[in-house]
Order: sequence, then structure tokens, then C-alpha cells
Amino acid sequence: MNINATLLGQMIAFAFFVWFCMRYVWPPLTAALEERQKRIADGLEAADKAGKDLEQAQETISEQLKEAKTQAVGIIDQANRRATQIVEEGKNQGKEEGQRMITGAKAEIEQEINRAKEHLREQVASIAIAGAEKILEASIDEAAHTKITEKLAESL
Amino acid sequence: MAESAGEMAHEAVEHTQTQGEYIQHHLQFLTFGKDAEGHWGFAHGADAAAEMGFWSFHVDMLGWSIGLGLIFIVIFRSVAKSATSGVPGGFQNFIEWVFEFVETSVKDTFHGTNALITPLALTIFCWVFLMNAMDIVPVDLFPWLAQTISGDPEIAFRVVPTTDPNITMGMSLSIFLLIIFYSIKVKGVGGFLKELAFQPFGPKMLPFNLLIEVPTLLAKPVSLGLRLYGNLYAGELVFLLIALFGAFQLPVHFIWAAFHLLVIPLQAFIFMMLTIVYLSQACEHH
Repeated sequence: MNINATLLGQMIAFAFFVWFCMRYVWPPLTAALEERQKRIADGLEAADKAGKDLEQAQETISEQLKEAKTQAVGIIDQANRRATQIVEEGKNQGKEEGQRMITGAKAEIEQEINRAKEHLREQVASIAIAGAEKILEASIDEAAHTKITEKLAESL
Repeated sequence: MAESAGEMAHEAVEHTQTQGEYIQHHLQFLTFGKDAEGHWGFAHGADAAAEMGFWSFHVDMLGWSIGLGLIFIVIFRSVAKSATSGVPGGFQNFIEWVFEFVETSVKDTFHGTNALITPLALTIFCWVFLMNAMDIVPVDLFPWLAQTISGDPEIAFRVVPTTDPNITMGMSLSIFLLIIFYSIKVKGVGGFLKELAFQPFGPKMLPFNLLIEVPTLLAKPVSLGLRLYGNLYAGELVFLLIALFGAFQLPVHFIWAAFHLLVIPLQAFIFMMLTIVYLSQACEHH
């Protein structure tokens, strides 16, 4: 075992390799690894965030769905009510119309009756006068008689 | 295939070498230095290498060590350059797995921020792992190649850098310097000396404190370097012994190699962990 200058040579080589490793090997490797770590962390964070977003979106969806359902129920209710209302209104209108028609018809009938009565009265008066003229043969005082017959006709 | 190549070389060598010589030859480094006559060149034989003294180099060990370090640097640099923060491909995934393994080990042990410690730990783990992994290469393959290419049948050529104490101690001494540097940087010179002199028994027992703390401090680089060296050296020695078995070596090689598959990453991991622990101790106030 003889110690010689090989020792010094090895020390110089050692110093050089350590220096080279420290200067040219370590920094880029560390940088690459750190960057990857950061990317992985970012990716995980993004995944977490996306998961949270999804959850939130699902919540919103279910909320909106619920709201829509409530609205639909409201609309159907309203429609039903409106339908009943329309039917009711129609019924009322029909009734009113019918009533009015009945009233009109009744008034017309009344009028017709009155007119017939008037006509009848006139005819009866003239018949009565004619009858009376025939009975008396000669007219006594036409004016007086007319008055009497008119009174007679009016009393009918 | 590689095993049989090793076997062939071994048989070729056996005619001219005894078993002891075979092992001795395999434990020699390709040493470059100044010989007794003052000429720079490669040493022939262990004695010539020893005579070269301190100013000589184990060319094979430094070559493999630097080459494997470059492989580590090139692979990691290419991945780091094209690293995307998107879905990583297969190889980037593997590199990132290593990266995160080292980073977790550092984070669990080292509290505080330090731009140096994680790249340091990564370099140590990968580089030591690669150097240890050379142990799996059949022991005769590269020596045989070296002999064939150089044409010198006596040439020494080893392939596992961590079986050279120069290599392991070179790293552990560097780490020792970092320990001293960070101790002084974080605690100041006074704080560092106080930690050596006034602990654990208080200022009155200063000599005893020094007697405990100084060896503790010095033992760190020594144990760090020698542990790695010892484990890998023993592993290689066993491979060499198995290579002497002749025809029966293959199954035994397989068993020992399988066992060594555990030792290789484990020793790299231990070296890295102890570095982190020592440096975290250096950076902490007591």
C-alpha cells in the first residue's frame, strides 16, 4: 500500500466532478422536478376546483328544477282556475242572455196582447155601433151614440 | 464470454507464473513516475514502483476513476439538459429515481440548507458505485487486453479504482477538508477549537478532551477511505483467488459476483451517508 500522487490526482478529479455536478447537473434536474411537482399540484388543485364547480352546478340545477316544478304547478293551477272562471262566466252570460230573451219575449207578447186588445176593442165598438144602428134603424144622434159606443168599447 | 477470456489469459499466464506471482502481479498498479536513474516512465515490477516515491501516479487507477467519473457526468448532464417537467421517459425516470434517492438521504440527515451537499452526495454515490461496479468485470479481462495491446506480457493493469487506497483516501481527504472548512465557516475558528478542547468533559479536562476529540476527528477520513478500500480490495482478492480454481471457477465466480452485487451499491451508499453525516456534524452547533 504505497501512497503517492495518485491521491492528489483523485482529489483534483473529485473536486472537478463535484463542481461540475453542482454547476451543470443539479440545477436543471431540480428545476425540472420542482416544475413537475408544481404542475402536479396545480393539476390536483384544478381537479378539486372542477369537482367543487360540478357540485355547485348540480346544486344550481336541482334548485332550478325545483323552481321550475313549482312554477309549473302554479301555472297549471292558474290555468285551471281561469278555465273554471271562463266556464262560470259563460254560464252566467248564457243565463243572463236567456233571461233577457225571456224578458224581451214576454214584453213582446204583452205588446201583442195589448195591440190585439186594442184592435178587438175597436172592432167591438164598430160592431156595436153597427149593431145599434141596425137595431134603431135610423140614427138618432150619431154624435151622441158614438160617444156611448166609445164608452162601451172602452169598458171592454 | 468475458469470463472465458479471463480464463484463457489466466491459463496462458499460468505456464510462466506461480499462483503467488499471479496474485502479486494482479495487485500491481500501472505506475508512472521517475525511476532511480531520473527518467520518467512506467515502472517495471512492484519494487521499481515503490522506488518512485510519492511523485508517481497509478495511471490505470486514475484513468478508470476519471473515465468513470466522466461517464457519470455525461449521462447525468445529458439527462439534466433534456429533462422535462412533463412525463419522464424511461431513462430520465431512472436518473430521477437515483436523484431523489440521494436527495431524500440528504434531507433525512442534513438539516439546513447547503448548495454543495446534495450534488456532492450524488457525485459520491454514482461515482463510487461505478468504480465499485468494475469489480464485476472478470479479473483477467482488462489485464489481458492491456498485455495484448501493449505487447508487454509483464504490464500491470488494474481496473477497480476503489481497490487503490490512493483513490479512496483522495476522496475521504477531500471530504475531511470540507469538514474542516464547514466547521470553521459555521462555528468560527474559536468555536471549532472549543469543540475539540472543551468537550466532552468541560474546560478543566482539556488534555483529555483533546485526546478524545482529535483522534475522533482524524479517524473520520481514515475510516471513511479505508472502509471502502478494504471492502473492495478484499472482494477483488477473493475474485483473484477464485480465478486460480481452474475449471471450477465459473459457478464460484457467479456466487461471489452475486454477493458482490450487494457490496457494490452498499459501499457506495455507506460512503455517501457517512459523508452527509460528517458534514452535517460539521455544520451543526453543539
